[in-house]
Amino acid sequence: MRVDPVALLTFLGMLAVTYGARIGGYWFVQRFTVGPRLKAGLEAVPLAVLTAIIAPIVLATGPAESLAALATLLLAWRLPVLAAVLGGILTVVLLRAVLT
Amino acid sequence: MSTTELRGRSDRWRIDFLLGAWQMLPLLISVIPFGLILGAAATDKGLSPLETMLMSGLVFAGSAQFVAAGLWHHPVPILVIVASTALINSRHLLMGAALESYMRLFRPAQAYLALFFLADEIWATALRRAAEGPLTPAYYFGLAIPFYLSWLFWTMLGAFVGGVITHAERYGFDFAFAAVFLVILFGLWKHQRRLLPIAVSAAVALLVWKLVPGVWYIFAGGLAGTAAAALMVRSEA
Repeated sequence: MRVDPVALLTFLGMLAVTYGARIGGYWFVQRFTVGPRLKAGLEAVPLAVLTAIIAPIVLATGPAESLAALATLLLAWRLPVLAAVLGGILTVVLLRAVLT
Repeated sequence: MSTTELRGRSDRWRIDFLLGAWQMLPLLISVIPFGLILGAAATDKGLSPLETMLMSGLVFAGSAQFVAAGLWHHPVPILVIVASTALINSRHLLMGAALESYMRLFRPAQAYLALFFLADEIWATALRRAAEGPLTPAYYFGLAIPFYLSWLFWTMLGAFVGGVITHAERYGFDFAFAAVFLVILFGLWKHQRRLLPIAVSAAVALLVWKLVPGVWYIFAGGLAGTAAAALMVRSEA
């Protein structure tokens, strides 16, 4: 099976910038003193980035997705992760069938 | 060191590794359609199955790989693809920085190997673990290795068999990752009850998502929410 050298070069370039980003922030925080402001910011990164990833599908895709997101949250209140996720998927499948 | 001590160590390593793999299960399932669809799309654009697998194995970044497959033609626009990858994956700068304080149990070589696997799914699950207790290398690699191998496997299968899954949304697969991230977000919020970064991030992400093509909205929302939290700190603190 062939591997085109140009394709390989492209993948190596993608690897370099991806790995660079994955270690870059870590490296920076480890080497330099983190002040209270940056520390507060970094503590908020998980909430902010996770929210940004899911915002379009949860808030702006349609009523089925938004309602299923709400159902997932309610299930997550009491149930383990896998159950809440499966419940959310089931809800979105049912709502899409009903609403469209 | 006695053999019992060594055995105790390897047992703890195995238990933590298996716990990680078990807690990764929802994401191991939800990644299946994405891998199949990516593999099929890459084949469609003229990449061989081996090339597709190489890309998955070397880059290991789903959204950047989708964009690369979308941009793929001959001659290959290397610079455009690499630059797009850099932009899409700029969010990993924030993610790695945020994970740093929870990686105290990692030796340097372990940390830099672990960071190679810093996909969104692994990062989020590792943070969830870190909110409950210490994040061990064994647990982290329990998340990373099965997820990495399954990403390789499903993209390659997709490359070989083509468009098997054409209507992922019918089965709700496309919602699975959103549901998992939502549950993880909820768990993190229980430990850290702050709404400001969430509200700012959601507003900015939606705005950028509407106005700018691509996945810029993730970095923009993440950065805005982070900045909002940083600005709330009083300067004398």
